[in-house]
Amino acid sequence: MRRRPPWYLTFFPALVSIAVGLPIAYLAVRASEVDAAMLREILLRERNLLLVRNTLGLMLGVIAGSSLLAVPLAWLATSTNIRGRGIVTLLSVLPLAIPGYVLGYSLLALGSPYGPVQELFGVTPFARATGFWGSLVALTLYNFPFLFLTLRTGFLEIDPALGESARALGLSPFAAFRRVTLPQLWPAFASGALLVGLYVLGDFGVVSLMRFETFSYAIYLQYAASLDRAYAAWLALGLLALTITILAIEFRVAGRILLERAGKGSRRERKLFRLGRWAWPAYTFVGTALLFSLALPIGSILFWTSRVRDFSFSDLLPSLFDSLSVSIPVALVATALALPVALLAGRFPSGLSRGFERGAYLGYAIPPLALALGFIFLTLKSVPFLYQSLALLVAALSVHFLALALSPIRSAVRTASRSLEEASRALGRGRWETFRSVSLPLLWPGVAGAGLLVFLSAMKELPVSFLLAPLDFQSLPLRVYGYTTEAMFAEAAPYALAILMLSSLGATLVLRVSPGGAR
Amino acid sequence: MFRLRSWPVRIVLLSTVLVFLSCSRDGGQGAENGGDSSKESLVLYCGRSQSLVDDIVKMYEEKSGVDVRIKYGNTAELALAIQEEGAKSPADVFWAQDAGALGALSRKGLLQTLPPVVITRVPGLFRNTSHHWVATSGRMRVFAYSPDRVSLDDMPFSVFELAEEKWNGRVGWAPTNASFQSFVTAMRVMSGEERTENWLRGMKAGGAKSYPKNTAIIEGIYAGEIDLGLPNHYYLLRFKAEDPNFPVEQSSFDAGDVGNLVNIAGVGVLGSSGNATGAQKFIEFLLSDEMQKYLVENTHEYPVIPILHDHDGLLMYEALEELAPPIELADLEDLDGTLALLRKVGLL
Repeated sequence: MRRRPPWYLTFFPALVSIAVGLPIAYLAVRASEVDAAMLREILLRERNLLLVRNTLGLMLGVIAGSSLLAVPLAWLATSTNIRGRGIVTLLSVLPLAIPGYVLGYSLLALGSPYGPVQELFGVTPFARATGFWGSLVALTLYNFPFLFLTLRTGFLEIDPALGESARALGLSPFAAFRRVTLPQLWPAFASGALLVGLYVLGDFGVVSLMRFETFSYAIYLQYAASLDRAYAAWLALGLLALTITILAIEFRVAGRILLERAGKGSRRERKLFRLGRWAWPAYTFVGTALLFSLALPIGSILFWTSRVRDFSFSDLLPSLFDSLSVSIPVALVATALALPVALLAGRFPSGLSRGFERGAYLGYAIPPLALALGFIFLTLKSVPFLYQSLALLVAALSVHFLALALSPIRSAVRTASRSLEEASRALGRGRWETFRSVSLPLLWPGVAGAGLLVFLSAMKELPVSFLLAPLDFQSLPLRVYGYTTEAMFAEAAPYALAILMLSSLGATLVLRVSPGGAR
Repeated sequence: MFRLRSWPVRIVLLSTVLVFLSCSRDGGQGAENGGDSSKESLVLYCGRSQSLVDDIVKMYEEKSGVDVRIKYGNTAELALAIQEEGAKSPADVFWAQDAGALGALSRKGLLQTLPPVVITRVPGLFRNTSHHWVATSGRMRVFAYSPDRVSLDDMPFSVFELAEEKWNGRVGWAPTNASFQSFVTAMRVMSGEERTENWLRGMKAGGAKSYPKNTAIIEGIYAGEIDLGLPNHYYLLRFKAEDPNFPVEQSSFDAGDVGNLVNIAGVGVLGSSGNATGAQKFIEFLLSDEMQKYLVENTHEYPVIPILHDHDGLLMYEALEELAPPIELADLEDLDGTLALLRKVGLL
């Protein structure tokens, strides 16, 4: 017998779908303003093929690169006796806190004859990284944490009993890993890779610095260079079509596997793999990965900080306040909205619930500039009193970042046991009471990871804040951007440093309350 | 089902209350031009960066007692936002980094005609014909060079010469820079599509080095990577302000050469503004002798009024007017065509 979901598990996902649908409707309105002859020219441009090829190539490359970093790091941080697992975890998440253009600048500076490396050591160790490879390296270096976080949850959720049974039934350790452990990681990998992929599809900052022409770069140029909203809307709709295809593939691949634990419901304590003589290679790997993803950009920021002349802490305070007053609410709202979406899709699978879930991902794929313009248009048409309010900015960013919250929660819902919830209900607990005392603790690592991802991304968000923020709003990334465009890196440094410190603080707090985290 | 004590219902109620609280906090003032406060206020959308503008706005607030509320952003993005806001735009004044965005808003009928008292303040070079906007400062395209490696006899008369063989491997430029791109647009307007394409191809074939931005061009000359580069005029002046002996110099091409293009930053008043008088007062302040001198001294840009200044490295207004190519800034709107050309040639 099919159960009916409670009203709130339909209400909130429906709300989310409407919120995502509205900016898409706006794009359709703008797109309809193109005349037919122009449209034919737009759609049949040869350049579109190049854009699709560049975009997909970069996306696959970054997913591959991120896997090379994230899979070993996540395994080391969760399943081995490597020392300082908490630190490794924290440091592997932190690259998310570094604004893309800061990393981009510091990579470019590495190959520049005037960069800090040249100044300190008198050598230019790398060729200037631009184009495809430059974009690939930069995007990999700060996107692998998406994959790391979901894989970390995946590793922590693995039931070691299954692997041990496989060994007992005669499989070799390697075969047991390949046939039992790896499939259990698959949903976590797929949802992390999806986030990386969606980020690459939408990234503008890095590809514009590296001058690699992808879809979103072309969309931005169309908006900014020609102030043309109609053709840009078509490009944005094209990008959304690409995203929908990718979502369909991901859901087909990851949705097939049923992973919840049967039986007693509680998993065995995990045994840690002893690294032994592999310890040093492991440390070297961790060190190298973090050298480029963290030490390099932080080093550049510190280098510039050392050149700050007059700076008073009181200049920083309003920006700190503005940043937090957006990032924290956005993290809470996006996570709170993602929870019912994931629960509905996981517990009451139907065409509608899957539709809601996929729809929620699209918010991340709408180019930020188009999303912001859509919100301007819609707000002024319907609720003008909300225009340029903090509430509107929080709402827009929550829609934008919902996908980030959805991925970790979705994989947690997949692996959390349903029979425990059913037992709780059978024993007379109410639905809400069951959720609070049984489901939420099971989902907690996913929920915490979701909040963290959104918080870190909101801390450095630029394009949407630029247009939708209240007047006089000066969040940290807006200040950093304002100075770096004038090449005033020293003045930008304290603000960039503040982003890093607040983000590390947030990451530490969240990882501390989630199991197996930083201790 | 909708029991008030159930958690989901509470969450919905609580968030509704929070939403209304937060809009009452900042929504109202933004949307209504600050009509509710006792202090007069002015809303400025600013495409120039905060570091250049903050102090000027503070000075204006002190002098006039007006509360200036600012939205900083990228010039093009703000122009898009203003188009999307239309008649409901909260903005009174738009201060843009280039003429292109102002031109686009002017053509869409979103800017007011400025009164003669504002318009006549600046010479013809620095305003548009429909009187929708005026420039607040100017920047000139120049060539910067190493005096050690480029002799006086070698100095180019025209930017077109730089594609010749004797300059092979010695020149640097910044194809992604917005000022460079509007220079290419000007070249297309003045010399035609074909000649521009040939020049770009010639430069590229001659090994012109691409730099990410203007400062890097100056550093490239200093480091000996190139002998000559095509930046805006004020970057070298900023280096010279730090170190008067910095071994790079700059000069202009022959009078009227497109390589001497003068770009501007400028302001316009929104047609939807309910505070046109306040907006004009702000513009008059920006065009005052005092503020123009301030701009010259702090940003090394050109003043837009023919004031006397003795700032190192800046030409007097008459010289500037003579050197600048005869082109209306409003004609430089086809950036899209320029980007297409740069892509075709393989520079973007």
